[in-house]
Amino acid sequence: MTTTLIGKPVTRVDGRAKVTGAARYAADFNQHAQHYAVIVSATAGLGRVTALDDAPVRAMPGVVEVISHRNALRLAYGPHKAFIDPEVGERLHVLQDDQVRFYGQPVAVVVADTLDHAERAANALRISYAAERPVVDPRDPKALAVEPSGSRGHSHAARGDADRALADAPVKVDVTYDMARENHNPMEPHAVVAAWEGDRLTLWSKSQFVVNEQAEIAAIFGLPVQNVQVNCPFIGGAFGTSLRTWPHVTIAAMAARQVGRPVKLVLSRRQMFFTTGHRPRTLQRVAIGATRDGRITGIIHEGNGETSRYEEFTEALLSATSYMYSCPNVRTSYRLTPLDIGTPNHMRGPGESSGMFALESALDELSYELGIDPIELRRRNEPTMDEGENKPFSSRSLVQCYERGAERFGWAQRTPAPRSMRDGRLLVGLGVASATYPVWYLPTSARVRLHADGTAAVEVAASDMGPGTYTSMTQVAAETLGIPVEQVRVSIGRSDFPPAPPHGGSMTMASVGSAVRAACLAARDEVARRAIADQRSPVFGAALEGVEWIGGSVRRLGDASAGQPYRDILAGSGQPIEAHASNHRDPAAAQRYSMHSFGAVFAEVAIDPDVGTIRVRRALGAYGAGRIVNPLLASSQCTGGMIGGIGMALMEQTALDVRDGRPVNAHMADYLMPVNLDIGQLEALFVDEDDPHVNALGVKGLGEIALVGMAPAIANAIHHATGKRVRHLPIRIEDVLTA
Amino acid sequence: MLPFSFEKVRTEQDAIRAAAAGARYIAGGTTLIDLMRDEVERPERLVDINALPMTDIRADGADLVIGALARMSDVAAHPETKRLQPLIAESLIEGASPQLRNMASMGGNLLQRVRCPYFRMLDAACNKRDPGSGCSAIDGLNAGHAILGTSDHCVATHPSDVAVALVALGAAMRVRGPNGERTFPVEELFRLPGDTPHLEHTLRPGELIVEIRVPGGPYARQARYLKVRDRASYEFALVSAAVALELEGGSIRQARVAVGGVGTRPWRMRAVEEALRGKPVGRDAFAEAAHLALEGTRPLSHNHYKVELLPRTIVRALEMAGGTA
Ligand SMILES: Cc1cc2nc3c(=O)[nH]c(=O)nc-3n(C[C@H](O)[C@H](O)[C@H](O)COP(=O)(O)OP(=O)(O)OC[C@H]3O[C@@H](n4cnc5c(N)ncnc54)[C@H](O)[C@@H]3O)c2cc1C
Ligand code: SF4
Repeated sequence: MTTTLIGKPVTRVDGRAKVTGAARYAADFNQHAQHYAVIVSATAGLGRVTALDDAPVRAMPGVVEVISHRNALRLAYGPHKAFIDPEVGERLHVLQDDQVRFYGQPVAVVVADTLDHAERAANALRISYAAERPVVDPRDPKALAVEPSGSRGHSHAARGDADRALADAPVKVDVTYDMARENHNPMEPHAVVAAWEGDRLTLWSKSQFVVNEQAEIAAIFGLPVQNVQVNCPFIGGAFGTSLRTWPHVTIAAMAARQVGRPVKLVLSRRQMFFTTGHRPRTLQRVAIGATRDGRITGIIHEGNGETSRYEEFTEALLSATSYMYSCPNVRTSYRLTPLDIGTPNHMRGPGESSGMFALESALDELSYELGIDPIELRRRNEPTMDEGENKPFSSRSLVQCYERGAERFGWAQRTPAPRSMRDGRLLVGLGVASATYPVWYLPTSARVRLHADGTAAVEVAASDMGPGTYTSMTQVAAETLGIPVEQVRVSIGRSDFPPAPPHGGSMTMASVGSAVRAACLAARDEVARRAIADQRSPVFGAALEGVEWIGGSVRRLGDASAGQPYRDILAGSGQPIEAHASNHRDPAAAQRYSMHSFGAVFAEVAIDPDVGTIRVRRALGAYGAGRIVNPLLASSQCTGGMIGGIGMALMEQTALDVRDGRPVNAHMADYLMPVNLDIGQLEALFVDEDDPHVNALGVKGLGEIALVGMAPAIANAIHHATGKRVRHLPIRIEDVLTA
Repeated sequence: MLPFSFEKVRTEQDAIRAAAAGARYIAGGTTLIDLMRDEVERPERLVDINALPMTDIRADGADLVIGALARMSDVAAHPETKRLQPLIAESLIEGASPQLRNMASMGGNLLQRVRCPYFRMLDAACNKRDPGSGCSAIDGLNAGHAILGTSDHCVATHPSDVAVALVALGAAMRVRGPNGERTFPVEELFRLPGDTPHLEHTLRPGELIVEIRVPGGPYARQARYLKVRDRASYEFALVSAAVALELEGGSIRQARVAVGGVGTRPWRMRAVEEALRGKPVGRDAFAEAAHLALEGTRPLSHNHYKVELLPRTIVRALEMAGGTA
């Protein structure tokens, strides 16, 4: 495919709207005569509501309704499971009973005429609980790990005899890791405006998956799917927290129904730590055995993720271990620890970023046991195929990523001994780790309308939480139609548009991009057909195969003229052309190949040996991620992901008080994430990869892999700087103080 | 937020009269409004003092005089601050974020409330918020809490950075109230929690902070503020140290040392200061003196690291100030 726009640094088509405030987010869609709802969150960590004294609150100014399990609508909660829902278990049925399953669970909602009135009344509502002590720490003796009971295959994999290989290995490491729970903490809080007209419900709701939210709310309320409309043109960051439809959406719709008015509901920052998912805390063990010359002979990777008591949240914690390196003996086993917490959820780089932290940290430890450079160790164990699936890779550029990355980063200047590099008084460490993420691809449809003025309108129910979906889809459409980007208008985020998969898993570019391309190709054919049928057209009477599309015009094959612009063709008939198509790839290719992105991530830390401050001075990620549609968007995606990795490595942790399960640092001043001053020089570079198998556009996706690999690279750099292995995240000053 | 009345005043007299009748002063509002939104603070009347002429920053001989309504960012950027008291500028820049510093006043900074998370959650026991209800932090998550000056009733640290520098430098504050004016050391503004943690300062009802005077001294220009924390900005100190040195030849004539992040109030380290007197500039003497900072420390379940970090921070700050870093 020759390209003119794909691969070009097109600036964001929605940039102006965003910086001028013209972009409208869920909470901006105020409705006439709307009321405000504020959720009352449980202040017990487990137990049940015993009394709820709403009479004084009902008498407060502006209060319209107080809804609790006693008077909430009995909802249908029809069966509904989407790709992003846990396979096993049932969503929280909100306000349907008196049970409190975790701290912060919604137990009531107050509706009032103003936000102030609603907040005040929510704070004033007195609720009594029969409270028990919850179990919220997977290391609590009362926390019991179980086998996942679903079939998604996240659980076990084995080849060869890993335990035997470990026992026989002349060199080995066998270590455990503990990674903190994280909350997504996007800028934009979860927000929803709900409005009913008879039995039809419209939601303006922050969602990365509008068609699923539509179907789920319809199931919960027992409505036909087409009675629910979900709109979400813009998202102010999400990182996965808006993949699922959380209880507040149901509550807003219920409240609107019960008060007979549109209702607006925005979660507080603190509530963003309660019922909107989180990256689960994980405990892992990695054991790797090797020969003295650095051939890996066995890997055992055991992982334990926390989940709620009512759903089994699973993620791909251990998946990468089976295909990252060549090794005849691999055993992975995955367990879940149900706790008295809300259900976790996918968070940027889900599964892989946690699992790869453990694997890549352990590999670094092994490199020191062996006295082999960590990059060389990976090179010696580079597989020629996916040994877990017994399939060739559609493309794999890990070694090239290491080579280009090492050169650019200056890896050769690194002296391997811990504590051997200094900058003045500061200890300097350089670390490296691999990154990987699978190439997801799901069915998507798109619609394109060509107008007689030469413009094109694309519609698809995708979303854009920041990576630049609007821009990249504009590029794909403009490229395929051969027109300037200014003439393309992409609309997304409506459930009545052709359906798209969730905006996550790095599949938007591949899946939605392919669908947009298919729709544009279909539109081109439609234009050509119309021209061929038009006596006044130079291509009149040609066969469809006998015409070609060039720069927005149609001409006969072999004709050297500029051709007839489609604007003229459309003007002739006066009718716009509409085409609708789905993405498609050869299912056999998907079966034949193992498809993943790979990357090599380098980090340099400087540590103050006296007071223990850790700063990431520079980092570089080299990625082999298929075709890069827009280098500007791609590097902003990657550096954003790397910053997320700095947060994971050094700062992010939702601290729960074990006495009642409350998140104690549910506040932007206390839940640490990197600020500008924490970010040194970041760079992303892309290894050329021409992968014809993954999809029509040859793209693999970048959003998720960008976070994977960063945390282990930093942890390995910290070891290099200090000689100390810290096997938990985040790594804080107190961990390196006495190194 | 609960309903409240709001009044803007143009004169000090009006302000003090309103406050004496029960109104709360509001300056930048960065602490007060935040806590009112959480209903932790519940004033019924606010009196806005921002129109009062208390924003001056000036030199008076060798002293630096700062109006109570001067904004943190203005004080930090002022040439007289940088000339006379660079420690004040450095401690301000290390605090909060640029947006907050643009709003926040010096008087408000000194009176900011604690950052203990349980204090901010209405459903947690907290003696400071609800006297007698108990202290959730003592047996809870207390990694950020104090190791000095704690009681069985409260273990929260005083969060201000600039207060640590002011205490080190022996700054004084002038206040005016219904019964006239008084001046006293900033250090005496702060109370220990004891069994009354809800009483944080020694201002009398209606008293208005008017200005802060930082006396010049031979050590003022050899002074540094070191704030240790997990991220580079926008985080309160795990441990901080404000130090100022007067050197003579290669030895210390006098030293000023105060620390933050570890005490229930900004903590002047007089024993450390004494031990430094007459000592040669250098790590050994610094370390020996800094060790004395541990006297009387009482770590909690999650903040033992502060015992390790405290002397290290003092040593490092002394090295920075002494020019041996
Ligand atoms: C997220 C966050 C991070 C922060 N980080 C830091 C930090 O790292 N370091 C740091 O030092 N500070 C930090 N701060 C605190 C900040 O410096 C204070 O909030 C600010 O200085 C308060 O000043 P203000 O003018 O806004 O006070 P206000 O909120 O207006 O008032 C605070 C209190 O002081 C009283 N008051 C105000 N002026 C006077 C006066 N003249 N006389 C008598 N009483 C008065 C008020 O009645 C009120 O009780 C942070 C604050 C926030 C919100
Ligand atoms: S430490 Fe003080 S502020 Fe914190 S909970 Fe205890 S009493 Fe309240």
